[in-house]
Amino acid sequence: MTAPAIAGGVDFDLEAAWGLNAQVALRDEEFGALAYHYGTRRLVFLKSRLLVDLVRALDDHDSAAAALVSLVEPSEFHRYAAALATLVPSEIIHER
Amino acid sequence: MSVKPVPSLKDRFSLGLQAPICLTWELTYACNLSCVHCLSSSGRRDPDELSTAEAKAVIDEMAAMQIFYVNIGGGEPLLRPDFFELVDHAVASGVGVKFSTNGSRLTPERAERLAATDYVDVQISIDGADAVTNDAVRGEGSFDTAIGAMENLAAAGFGEFKISVVMTRHNIPQLDQFQAIADRFGAQLRLTRLRPSGRGADTWHELHPTAEQQRELYQWLLARPNTLTGDSFFHLSALGDPLEGLNLCGAGRVVCLIDPVGDVYACPFVIHDEFKAGNVRDDGGFSRVWLDSEVFAALREPQSAGACTSCGSYDACQGGCMAAKFFTGLPLDGPDPECVLGHADEALAAVKVPVLLRPTTTVDHSARRPVSLSRR
Repeated sequence: MTAPAIAGGVDFDLEAAWGLNAQVALRDEEFGALAYHYGTRRLVFLKSRLLVDLVRALDDHDSAAAALVSLVEPSEFHRYAAALATLVPSEIIHER
Repeated sequence: MSVKPVPSLKDRFSLGLQAPICLTWELTYACNLSCVHCLSSSGRRDPDELSTAEAKAVIDEMAAMQIFYVNIGGGEPLLRPDFFELVDHAVASGVGVKFSTNGSRLTPERAERLAATDYVDVQISIDGADAVTNDAVRGEGSFDTAIGAMENLAAAGFGEFKISVVMTRHNIPQLDQFQAIADRFGAQLRLTRLRPSGRGADTWHELHPTAEQQRELYQWLLARPNTLTGDSFFHLSALGDPLEGLNLCGAGRVVCLIDPVGDVYACPFVIHDEFKAGNVRDDGGFSRVWLDSEVFAALREPQSAGACTSCGSYDACQGGCMAAKFFTGLPLDGPDPECVLGHADEALAAVKVPVLLRPTTTVDHSARRPVSLSRR
């Protein structure tokens, strides 16, 4: 499967290496997690446990696509790629 | 693969979290002002207030619970001699501090110290855009004092602080003037709702906005989505499009209050035995109160819409503010006293309980002098 097919039109570079911003802390909750950015002082909600696992796994993989493949069912790739993309403007995750 | 319906974030929040998102901590009941609407009826320090060591232990617990920031108030928090020691301890533990002050103790030296500390936000309170309007509520000279504190912060290069205003009948016509003051200092405006709590129980009836002013405020906020409100005006969302924020009552679900003696209440507006969940000095500390108290467990149960069940706007306003209902003598499962559709008007007029017998705060630290609303 090629990266563009995984991306499915989401504006997010799946081939790049991503990671959790060092200024962000995650607090696990039943619904997912709260992400707090100490720099911008903004609180962001990660609305599923799998998304939290995925965000935490980004640092251990050479690309976002590899992290997705390791954790997410193929039918859900697009949804989770889109969810990752929403965490870019709030600087929760960034390109390494 | 079957798709399970995903409950909304609102539904999940109403069931409670591992720790509060918005934790308010009133550090002391001591205050040099005696604002007529003070939520915590502050004035005199309580001899039983948390010691420095106890307060630091509470901060350690907040850090362990991953409470990312705490909203510190009072009383006037700067009257605590260990204020900066506690702020430094919090910041070093990863607990950011947002604190509210009347500005009277915010000297140039302290402004510089704050400007040099990361993760500290300052809110300076004014309740009028000029001295006459402000001082009628907050006391003689308090407007000039607050503006002086803003000048100190600006001179120290603090950056963007916040100006916090409780909306009343007398200052809603000044919304644009408040914005102008904020713009002058490069500050952010924060508007919150007047509650009939603490000493506010005695003044709410003459200070709360009129129905027409509520609509004016709603339109003003809709046009300025970046105005901070602490989610305080969700009852206005019944007027149309929802305002920014979660638009729900977070009491005991996402919000709570620790008072100066360590008592934990469901929210900053209900300092009353009925909503007291425990004390941080109890076994298990604050986290056990948050996770296990019966008062909070009851608030996390699905709530009845009561008399609001048949109203098409219930989803938008959720019946409004629990504290506002409680302290005006209205049932908790009915409309907010300031229901924008007027559904509480009859009930409010029919409250048979004499004003003096309505629930008021069970904790009163007002200075021993008469507090009255000055003539305007």
